[in-house]
Amino acid sequence: MALPGSGLAKGLAVTLRTMTRRTVTAHYPDVQPELPPRSRGVIGLFEENCTVCMLCARECPDWCIYIDSHKETVPPAAPGGRERSRNVLDRFAIDFALCMYCGICVEVCPFDALFWSPEFEYAETDIRDLTHERDRLREWMWTVPAPPPLDPAAEEPKEIAAARKAAEKRQREAGRQEGDA
Amino acid sequence: MDVLDVAWRLLAVLLAFLTLPLLVGQTEHKVMAHMQGRVGPMYAGGFHGWAQLVADGVKFAQKEDIVPADADRGIFRLAPAVALLPYLLVLVAIPVGPDGMVGQAVDAGIFFVLAVMGVGVLGSLMGGWASANKFSLLGGLRTAAQLMAYELPLLLAAASVAMAAGTVSLTGILEAFQWWWVPWQIVGAFVFFTAGLAELQRPPFDAPVADSEIIFGAYTEYTGLRFAFFLLAEYAGIVVLSALTAVLFLGGWHGPFAGDLGWLWTLLKTALLAFVVIWLRVSYPRLREDQIQRFAWTVLVPLALLQIALTGVIKVVIQ
Repeated sequence: MALPGSGLAKGLAVTLRTMTRRTVTAHYPDVQPELPPRSRGVIGLFEENCTVCMLCARECPDWCIYIDSHKETVPPAAPGGRERSRNVLDRFAIDFALCMYCGICVEVCPFDALFWSPEFEYAETDIRDLTHERDRLREWMWTVPAPPPLDPAAEEPKEIAAARKAAEKRQREAGRQEGDA
Repeated sequence: MDVLDVAWRLLAVLLAFLTLPLLVGQTEHKVMAHMQGRVGPMYAGGFHGWAQLVADGVKFAQKEDIVPADADRGIFRLAPAVALLPYLLVLVAIPVGPDGMVGQAVDAGIFFVLAVMGVGVLGSLMGGWASANKFSLLGGLRTAAQLMAYELPLLLAAASVAMAAGTVSLTGILEAFQWWWVPWQIVGAFVFFTAGLAELQRPPFDAPVADSEIIFGAYTEYTGLRFAFFLLAEYAGIVVLSALTAVLFLGGWHGPFAGDLGWLWTLLKTALLAFVVIWLRVSYPRLREDQIQRFAWTVLVPLALLQIALTGVIKVVIQ
């Protein structure tokens, strides 16, 4: 049986031990936090890749992406060819006051035009300023870090796996042709 | 004793009264923070937030002084002073070092000190009654109940020391002090310190203020400087209680080199006890009102009586 009052002593010991240990406080404005890889801070737009397919705007659960565009006709590349029409981006804006940081737009973009950046210090005193227009979204691209390396035991990336399979297949076919010859 | 001497002594006491409670308050900020794995105030004053309480004081001074419409105005406004000033008076009588290093040696020291300390609690009672607020009234009544319950063990424990020394003068008690009094009076020390904590309404005996339950009890309606005075009274109370416990039970200025450094020993023991007060606050949850009462009547009072019996027996044996 425990001594009477041993619980009280234990309580005192816990607080005293905590006092001698390092604190866990994050000194945020003085010291920047160490964010984990793939942190979702802000979305950057690599507008050179954007084809105005509108997938991101349509998939967005909050409808916080605004896209305006118009079509231009491009003269034929070779003489006698056909004229092509092309989408030109007029406006691309994300309203971060509405955004819930789900990242669906980044996932859904087929042309890798949207990226997560870990930057998070873009609070504003006016809520309208939280709508970042395309030039501001383009600026965030400079803060996008390189993708973190895969885990050592991770599955092979899809692109590399596909390329390797294709290469192996070609090699096998080449071998068979040599055998036939 | 000429006028200049008196003036010097009073000035020293006033200075101690103005600085020591703030020192304890700042220590509480920091110690409590580190005991919870935090860092506490870091900005005010530049270095580790040393001026946090100064900043708090400036903030309190800027606030509007509100008196509720239905409140008993005179009593409501007087209460903080009643809560705070007794501790200043008590400090005058507490001996700091040997050879008359005391604001004013009072012959009936223990009586004076305990009686005046009891007055301090009346401040909360007045505030609670005059606020015209049920939370305040609840707090005030709890304060009253706590005062009734804990004044008795406090007095009994102090009486034990007075019996051992054969005098009720604080300086006289210190002159008669022997080192073996510490183990002899240890139960009394425990009772005195615990009952004192309860009188100050410090956690774990803070049911009368209980911010999360009855919204700071008697202080609910107070704002600005008057509220700050109540808070200051709490920290002044910690200083007084720690100093009294050090003087009565831990030998005050007794220690190596007591002739020159006696005052340092008193301060050191007081600081150590003040740390314990903070430590207890961080470690223990608030006791329920009935637990507080039961603890006083079924644990502290019997223990105090036991201590008095022990003191009496040993006193007779050694004579």
